[in-house]
Amino acid sequence: MRGIRISSLCIPRIAEGWLFNDGRLLMLTRKTFLKSGAGLAAAATIAPALPARAATKKKFTLAWTVYVGWMPWPWAAQQGIVKKWADKYGIEIEVVQVSDYATSINQYTSGMFDALTITNMDTLAVPAVGGVDSTSIITGDYSNGNDAVILKGKTKFEDIKGQKINIVQYSVSQYLLDRGLQLHGMTERDVRLVNTSDADMAAAFLTPDVTAVVTWNPIVEQIDADKGAHNVFNSSQIPGEILDLVIVNSKTLDANPEFAKALCGIWYETLGIMLSDTPEAKKAQAEMGQLSGTDYAGFASQLKTTHLFSSPEKAADFTKGSQLIATMDHVRQFLFAWGMLGQGAASPNVVGIEFPSGHVLGDTKNVKFRFNAEYMAMTAAHQL
Amino acid sequence: MRLINLHPGKRGSKILAILPFVLLFAAYLAASAARHEANPDDKLLPTLSQMAIAMRRMAFTQDMATGQFLLWSDTAASITRLIEGLSISALISFVVGISVGMVPYLKKLLVPFVAAFSMVPPLAVLPILFIIAGIGEISKVTLIVIGTAPFMMRDLILRVEEIPAAQIIKAQTLGGSSWQIALRIVVPQMLPRLIDALRLSLGPAWLYLISAEAIAAQDGLGYRIFLVRRYFAMNIIIPYVIWITLLAFLFDIALRLIQSYAFPWFAGAKSQ
Repeated sequence: MRGIRISSLCIPRIAEGWLFNDGRLLMLTRKTFLKSGAGLAAAATIAPALPARAATKKKFTLAWTVYVGWMPWPWAAQQGIVKKWADKYGIEIEVVQVSDYATSINQYTSGMFDALTITNMDTLAVPAVGGVDSTSIITGDYSNGNDAVILKGKTKFEDIKGQKINIVQYSVSQYLLDRGLQLHGMTERDVRLVNTSDADMAAAFLTPDVTAVVTWNPIVEQIDADKGAHNVFNSSQIPGEILDLVIVNSKTLDANPEFAKALCGIWYETLGIMLSDTPEAKKAQAEMGQLSGTDYAGFASQLKTTHLFSSPEKAADFTKGSQLIATMDHVRQFLFAWGMLGQGAASPNVVGIEFPSGHVLGDTKNVKFRFNAEYMAMTAAHQL
Repeated sequence: MRLINLHPGKRGSKILAILPFVLLFAAYLAASAARHEANPDDKLLPTLSQMAIAMRRMAFTQDMATGQFLLWSDTAASITRLIEGLSISALISFVVGISVGMVPYLKKLLVPFVAAFSMVPPLAVLPILFIIAGIGEISKVTLIVIGTAPFMMRDLILRVEEIPAAQIIKAQTLGGSSWQIALRIVVPQMLPRLIDALRLSLGPAWLYLISAEAIAAQDGLGYRIFLVRRYFAMNIIIPYVIWITLLAFLFDIALRLIQSYAFPWFAGAKSQ
């Protein structure tokens, strides 16, 4: 999902990736074209060299996409905070923007980046299922109202029964909808889904035949402003389930723990600045807003529906908690039910998910997704 | 002997034609094997068997949510949209193209308008189209029409103008009315040319079809590709792309066959 959340509405380009930038299908912007084209070719040709990536190295890349909870990254790069921490550990960190969220995940999975900003659900569905062992080192935030189910002219969630719902299928929107249906004693059989690009969701809501949508911010805010719109269920009703993480390729992490330390250092220094009650914080938020195609007011209002873990202690505690295990169980059941754990998946157990306690959900011999609180705890203990 | 005068033999021609396909296929297999050696679950370059399994599931197993065989329901949905769009487009362009090409008043009235209209990038008006036509089937078919009709119209106007003036004058001296000339001289000569225009429009038509399906749909080949792209299912995407290419190729061949069967004189006329 995440994708061009903010800029999609402000800049007339479409978030469904390499779809249309100039109003033509598959016309990539030059930047993305070079990245994806050259990258794919490179990934294919240098394939045998892949295992070598595990070795110690000095240059690392973190890829990010526009989303309120990830804007601290480009801002930190701009402010020199990234360089400061990289220098401290004698490494180089490149912070790369990818214009489309789904593309960024696919590129990470094919081995083009060392670290990525991503949700918990997508980490399991793409890199982990694709055999790319990934470790989440920063639990950044959870959606606390950023994702919502909106009905037109109806006020109760139950009214959704039998409706045609416009939604970005297979995204966290669908997870939210499934949880909502589950909590109200229904299943997806009670509704019909129409896959709709996030960039066109707001326009779609204005047409008479669209009566129910599930989407995310800033589109939610925009649609909520409509008189007939009723926000009947949103992610604040399932707090802590839609998580935004920073994941690192586990092999790279094992060989280069200093990369994770630097990332944690950058992240919490940046949060410290932007969440303080100072003019600098406001300036930082305004600049992050600009980087994402909105302004201070827009960014601040999106921050309200995003629960940022403001300190490394809080983030580490949450990551070590039992709620995360229950959440990941919901997530894997959801993915399994929709065939997203791979074709050969006989049960939700095919992929193992490891938690800081050592507990493993699923196959212990095939652990591909690890939650790690170690680096957040180190940050909290001032050991960086 | 100069290079430009060297010709391959019959067998050589065949081998040369197949060669790029074989090379691409071999390069793919090698790269895929290498990536799978490094990571058995690799998603970027699925192996042939992974693609075969995926396609068997798409083509011969009922989908648990809809109870349909997805490959066929997707294909049927897409082809229906494509044929509807192209038929409407062909009909409009044929009528407008011939009347504008023949009637000077209409030419003065419509040629600048069609020329300007054909410059509007169809995908740019998509948001407007959504509001007017909704995001259902109508807007998808309309997008194909907007995307292909102006080109076919302009092409037909030009072709009508290319008809030798002698033919029109002769028909008039024999007492033919405008209507008779249109029906007996222009229409028969324009029908095979409409097929040419259709063939050239196939590429754009697929382009608009798939982009429309990517934006809002419940089925269709483009819908499926953009859907499974979310979880990087290249084992479905690659066979779907090959399938779309094959369908487009078959459409082209079918149109060419119709042309040569229904208008056998046309090939000779064109070469003059």
